[in-house]
Amino acid sequence: MVDQTIQPELKNVPARPGTAQDIVRLSEVHFAWPGQRSFSLAIDHFSVSRGERLMLIGPSGGGKSTFLSLLSGILTPQRGTVEILGTDIARLSGAARDRFRSEHFGIIFQMFNLLPYGSVIDNVLLPLHFSRTRRDRARAGTTLEAEAARLLRKLGLEERLIRGLCAASLSVGQQQRVAAARALIGRPELIVADEPTSALDRGRQEGFLDLLFAEAETSGSTIIMVTHDETLGRHFSRVVHLSEVARSRREAA
Amino acid sequence: MIILRLALQSLQNRWLSALLTVLAIAFSVMLLLGVEKVRNGARDSFANTISGTDLIVGARSGSLQLLLYSVFRIGNATNNFTWKSYSEIAKHPDIAWIVPISLGDSHRGFRVLGTTSDYYRHYRFRGGNTLEVASGELGTDLFDAVIGWDVAARLGYQVGDRIVIGHGLGSVSFVEHDDKPFRVAGILAKTGTPVDRTVHVSLEAIEAIHVGWQSGASVPGESATAEEVRAMYLQPKAITAALVGLKSKLAIFRVQRQINEYRAEPLSAVLPGAALQELWGLVAIAETALAAVSAMVVATALLGMLTMILTALNERRREMAILRSVGARPATILGLLAAEAGFLTAAGVVTGTGMLYAALFLLRPVLDRQYGLNLSIAPPTAAEGMTLAAIVLAGFIAGLVPALLAYRRSLADGMTVRI
Repeated sequence: MVDQTIQPELKNVPARPGTAQDIVRLSEVHFAWPGQRSFSLAIDHFSVSRGERLMLIGPSGGGKSTFLSLLSGILTPQRGTVEILGTDIARLSGAARDRFRSEHFGIIFQMFNLLPYGSVIDNVLLPLHFSRTRRDRARAGTTLEAEAARLLRKLGLEERLIRGLCAASLSVGQQQRVAAARALIGRPELIVADEPTSALDRGRQEGFLDLLFAEAETSGSTIIMVTHDETLGRHFSRVVHLSEVARSRREAA
Repeated sequence: MIILRLALQSLQNRWLSALLTVLAIAFSVMLLLGVEKVRNGARDSFANTISGTDLIVGARSGSLQLLLYSVFRIGNATNNFTWKSYSEIAKHPDIAWIVPISLGDSHRGFRVLGTTSDYYRHYRFRGGNTLEVASGELGTDLFDAVIGWDVAARLGYQVGDRIVIGHGLGSVSFVEHDDKPFRVAGILAKTGTPVDRTVHVSLEAIEAIHVGWQSGASVPGESATAEEVRAMYLQPKAITAALVGLKSKLAIFRVQRQINEYRAEPLSAVLPGAALQELWGLVAIAETALAAVSAMVVATALLGMLTMILTALNERRREMAILRSVGARPATILGLLAAEAGFLTAAGVVTGTGMLYAALFLLRPVLDRQYGLNLSIAPPTAAEGMTLAAIVLAGFIAGLVPALLAYRRSLADGMTVRI
């Protein structure tokens, strides 16, 4: 069963509900933080088609991060299915879920994305350590370091910064570009971003998204991004309010 | 391995606290191994000092005391025993050789030992080595002295020098036998035993320098000149102890009993090995206490490391969340932290061992000279290796505590990077 109410919002990508085109499909998902009943999140149906650029809007504290954690298999729901590329990751073992995430997901946090002591290139190459598929893809016809440098260049990082030995010396905007390169390397099917632009000023936000989308298009990655800022909506193929797909409940403990 | 490189860089990022942790562990390991080395060195020094001697005979006293003053020059004889008893014991059919020893005088802090030339023939140390002359010769004159290596080295004596023997055992003698100086006839090669710190003269010489002495002071008018004593009959009336070698080891206990039951005079005969065992029993408590203290120091150092890792854990939550987001399993994070603890401990153990050997190398001559403690610079023994391995293992296991904590947090944090 697919929630038909979401589908009309699709603009660019024609999708047949419940087909193999769905890269993400959540149904009947219920999650509560273990050991505490004060917060719970329920998602009846939610699906994303391949190639979509989905913007998920919700207020702070509305369960956005929990939603993304469920989507990427960092958290597992108590009930329901989380199908990614046809695999129900809620049924996978912890280790298999971690491997699945490393193979198919690129994740960008709001800030503090980088290991501050690592070099810029090493930060970009980090996911490849955990995923053979992405490593092989990144290595195709080039070296890993060259591929990392190419992505960083595409994302507009200056040449001298690409060779930087310490990621901590970068500005926030530069760090987010490195984080984007890390999410994109090895062409994962899904890029999941948690307010990646909230630390940037308006002009840079748009530039960052343009570059991210251009690269995602090249690598054929689907993008799911959460934010509380609706003004960026025009860059996306679909805008969904979290409240439309998920019911969060917060009770006084 | 990018993950290993990043782990090392993470450690490098906290290099000061990491360095201090490694140093704390290094010092504790150095202490632990050092105590063990000194303990073994002391035991070896004692055990190597005398070998091949089956019995030590002296006036009736405790076996340990007899061993200490006759062989190690520690403490004083309770009493001497008569030359007559000595001569009778020497006639015992089971005895292969017997060497008399007379102690009681000193030269500038070094003890003077009166004996016969048999001493150089029968004394054995370090599993059968005999005394050797490094320069000069053993000397045959009444006033010839043969000095140990340390005596020559410390006092700068050479063959042919004149020395005066002081009465009594202080390092500064108020009464000296300055009317009868000795000539250094020979210097013995280094042995690593109390022999190095001994001035050897003949039994007759001991007798000669005391001619005309009564109750520890020279009696005016009765003293004889060096030339006069040469003409005298210098048979000693009493000696301090005698080293005995037997024809058959099987006779040891029989001869020992016979000497202990000697009627004319109360005597003691002791087995050097048995007396040493008594000594070990005595110092075992102190050794155990020392070992326990150094083990606790190691435990303290490991606790310090734990504190350091736990303190850093909070600021490293971001690191953990990033690693989880790129697909690191909780087990990877657990392994990283435990490996970090293991690495720090191993670095501490290696540094500490290195520091110990450096210290040994530097301090060995001093310890040997000052305390006669001969510490061998040998690679760690199997037991020491096991101890070191156990410390590394303990560090690794201690590291599991913050590792498990980080593991649980990384599960609970999810995607949220809490700082």
